[in-house]
Amino acid sequence: MSDRVEIDPFLDANQLTACVHCGLCLGACPTYLETGNENDSPRGRLYLMKGFLEQTIALTAKSVSHMDCCLGCRACETACPSGVKYGALLEDTRDHIEAHYKRSWFQWFLRRIVIEKFFPIPTRMKWLLAPAFLIRALKLEGCLPTYFRNALSLIPKKLESAPPLAEITGAVGEAKGKVGFIDGCVMNVMFQKTNYSTVQLLRHMEYDVVTPSSQGCCGALFSHGGNLKQARDSARRNIAAFEKLDLDTIIINAAGCGSTLKEYGHLLSLDPDWQKRAEAFSAKIKDLSEFLMEDDHFEKLKRLQKNEKTSGLDLAGNVTYHDACHLAHPQSITQQPRELIRNFCGDRFVELPESEICCGSAGSYNLTEPEMAGKLQTRKTRNILSTGAKTVITTNPGCLLQIRAGLNQSGNAPLRVGHLADWLWEQIDPTN
Amino acid sequence: MPLSGKQFTDLIPQLQSICGKTNVIYHADELRVYECDAYTLEKMPPDAVVLPGNTSEVEAVIKLCRDRNLAIIPRGSGTSLSGGVLAVDGGVVIGLSRMNRILDVDFRNRRALVEAGCINVHVTQAVQSEGYLYAPDPSSQFACTIGGNVATNSGGPHTLKYGVTTNHVLGMEMVLPDGETVWLGTQPGGPEDIDGCDLRGAAIGSEGMFGIVTRVLLRLIKAPQSCKTMLGIFESVDDAASAVSDIIAAGIIPAALEMMDQLIIQAVEEAYKFGFPLDAGAVLIIELDGQTTGLSSLTDQIQDICRNKQAREVRIAASKEERALIWKCRKRAFGAIGRLSPNYLTQDGVVPRSRIPEMMKFIKQTAEKYQLRIPNVFHAGDGNIHPLILFDEKDKDQVKRAIQAGHDILGKCIDFGGSISGEHGIGVEKVDFMSRQFSPEDLEAMMKLRKTFDPDMRCNPDKCFPSASRCIDFTLKKQISA
Ligand SMILES: Cc1cc2nc3c(=O)[nH]c(=O)nc-3n(C[C@H](O)[C@H](O)[C@H](O)COP(=O)(O)OP(=O)(O)OC[C@H]3O[C@@H](n4cnc5c(N)ncnc54)[C@H](O)[C@@H]3O)c2cc1C
Ligand code: SF4
Ligand code: SF4
Repeated sequence: MSDRVEIDPFLDANQLTACVHCGLCLGACPTYLETGNENDSPRGRLYLMKGFLEQTIALTAKSVSHMDCCLGCRACETACPSGVKYGALLEDTRDHIEAHYKRSWFQWFLRRIVIEKFFPIPTRMKWLLAPAFLIRALKLEGCLPTYFRNALSLIPKKLESAPPLAEITGAVGEAKGKVGFIDGCVMNVMFQKTNYSTVQLLRHMEYDVVTPSSQGCCGALFSHGGNLKQARDSARRNIAAFEKLDLDTIIINAAGCGSTLKEYGHLLSLDPDWQKRAEAFSAKIKDLSEFLMEDDHFEKLKRLQKNEKTSGLDLAGNVTYHDACHLAHPQSITQQPRELIRNFCGDRFVELPESEICCGSAGSYNLTEPEMAGKLQTRKTRNILSTGAKTVITTNPGCLLQIRAGLNQSGNAPLRVGHLADWLWEQIDPTN
Repeated sequence: MPLSGKQFTDLIPQLQSICGKTNVIYHADELRVYECDAYTLEKMPPDAVVLPGNTSEVEAVIKLCRDRNLAIIPRGSGTSLSGGVLAVDGGVVIGLSRMNRILDVDFRNRRALVEAGCINVHVTQAVQSEGYLYAPDPSSQFACTIGGNVATNSGGPHTLKYGVTTNHVLGMEMVLPDGETVWLGTQPGGPEDIDGCDLRGAAIGSEGMFGIVTRVLLRLIKAPQSCKTMLGIFESVDDAASAVSDIIAAGIIPAALEMMDQLIIQAVEEAYKFGFPLDAGAVLIIELDGQTTGLSSLTDQIQDICRNKQAREVRIAASKEERALIWKCRKRAFGAIGRLSPNYLTQDGVVPRSRIPEMMKFIKQTAEKYQLRIPNVFHAGDGNIHPLILFDEKDKDQVKRAIQAGHDILGKCIDFGGSISGEHGIGVEKVDFMSRQFSPEDLEAMMKLRKTFDPDMRCNPDKCFPSASRCIDFTLKKQISA
């Protein structure tokens, strides 16, 4: 493929030797917990990578299948005491696989066209959704093969729309500063309302919010799928879009994008013109929940809290929280969202068993590996139902779609699945 | 005996028809990761790995292997540090990883019935909301299986007060090497005391040589009302070791008493940023638990003892989170070694507590003699040392020196009246030492017991017993080629 620039060797062998083969990561790996096959565990995959690098293991349907089955959830990084940078090794290996391994036409179409050419671009994503809604309206789901029926189940019944975001949204009251906002590609189409809530929260923290229209997809869909060249191009575009704005902080509300944005420094580490700029950009990125727990923001939020008695909020049900992998593992953010939720619902917060185990969404994984995605979706649904909670909160669009679809399929549609930003915004009375 | 092409081709479909197609692993690329466990000095892939889903599948696989006279090797999570799951001469690995469910929890009788592939920490996670826990907590508890714990009679930092695996396993289901399934010890729902000899006890610690454990009935204990975790920071290992002796001599039995030396402190600090002083000679982790009322006077007493031994500082964990971080540092210390060196060899000898200072001195000399680095992190309370010998497997000479250093240390443990393994098992790693620690009569008696369970010696062969000459050849061969 001509648009690839492969780095030779494709992996940093020193990073591989950091693995001491202790096996402590096995219990954290969702795919290993499901299949029990060590080739589907981090330790096994690192072995395969080593084999690919040393050319003692060929890229065959078998060996590649274990790499494809990896969620990229990076739970293994949290578990690994030796500091193995699994995520980076995986991205480099995937880039190598896509350059040298021939996919079936279906997988090729899915990966190269649907995921890489449609998802990252909001207008195209909308085209893709149109036939889906049409099929639904005509009640033709039953005529579709299982794969497409399952894919369709991920698309929400109705897209909640919200007013488009202006380039600059003014703070409420006197602005004490300016923050950037990344509106995302999938978020921008499927979760406009969540973006709206996020910006409202930031305004009420007294910031002007800048959402430059020249930004684009963060590149996660490319880097996870084995197209580092395109991921790097996306990174350069975003860095350029924000650089001139002279901001200290740039907010993101999607966990998956957040972890990619925070790692631009690594993504462009071999590009002397961009490496420093990338690091500077990454240092400014903050997840919404992280930001809301800093400075006096939390105090401000509390002050804005709705009066419980007069608000009409549904205070009956318990609330639980699912850790989006890319927030919990690469970004190590687990406490902040919990503290935010607890503040508003106190004892009604219940922990979700296996909260840190992936729901199977994993970016576009539920499309490329539907079988494992389905197993993990069922596991997540079972755990959610065991809590008796009425509301599930998380911080990533993929998880929201996957969990909602899982609950719908299990006949538990009334459970509410929402993004932290939306839930928080609901708890707030702007007139306070 | 590695299989010939013909034997191989018809074995695989039969295994597949028992366990399902995806649960039989036989392609060379996929067998690679099964060539060793956490002990990486010796490697040999098995002929096949099967992942049965229940006891009857285990039975059927074992019968098939019996009829074909094939070795069977039980494997949990492969965290063994002694090559316990190495397929020395090929054979079929029976992996318990899919049999990982908790089948029943009986709070009234404080018992849990689990499948052998259940991960250790999952048991405590499943019962802690009711105020219970499963006591044996090997540092590998986030990954290792109950079956592996039973086979190696695992201990952990809290062994000092609560005992090892055998004190917490009431009974178990085991498929013998001839395919018969038996229940040893207390039955689920049965009374705790059982008549006859304690075959359960005999099978615990048998390193997978008596049969494949498929279900285990565990004892649950009530979580202590409160606990205090202290960090004693010392200038030298000697001071820390004598504080350990004084604590025990004062009649205090802490829940845990662990030591980390300077090199380990540095690796762990880099990994977890706890705030350990990098120039400290040694750190003791001392944990007390029990009724809240008694704890504070004991805490004072321990602080006094540490200060008497020139402790620079004694810190008390201020919160649950701080306690969790201290234990994370301790329990993940082995793994954190990856930050210091690409490979390590852990020894697991035991010495009488009073000889710890001498032993540490010997380890230091050994490190100097072989020009290697040997950090230490260990269960000081029961004299179970864990020197971690660092090496790089690419440097053949270093590998040889590492093996030799390990041998010297184990030899010294025996000289000091201790033993060669506290908890990691003999595996293939320490076979050569069995005849140094035990008399021929002792070994023969052990072998007789083993043969009662496994007359053909097909179950996890070439482990533990020096008479398995193939194994010694293998070890030597490997050492020389390394
Ligand atoms: C970082 C690290 C820290 C460790 N800390 C400790 C510690 O604190 N305390 C301690 O005791 N050990 C420790 N170990 C060693 C190891 O984790 C234990 O021996 C553990 O019990 C092995 O469990 P496993 O499931 O990984 O078994 P494996 O490694 O797969 O097997 C170990 C042995 O058990 C046998 N076996 C496994 N499953 C079965 C079964 N179902 N039936 C019959 N035989 C079986 C195998 O044949 C083998 O001989 C540590 C290891 C590592 C890597
Ligand atoms: S925990 Fe880390 S060092 Fe240990 S096997 Fe897994 S990746 Fe390797
Ligand atoms: S990224 Fe997730 S699925 Fe992949 S090896 Fe790590 S823990 Fe397993």
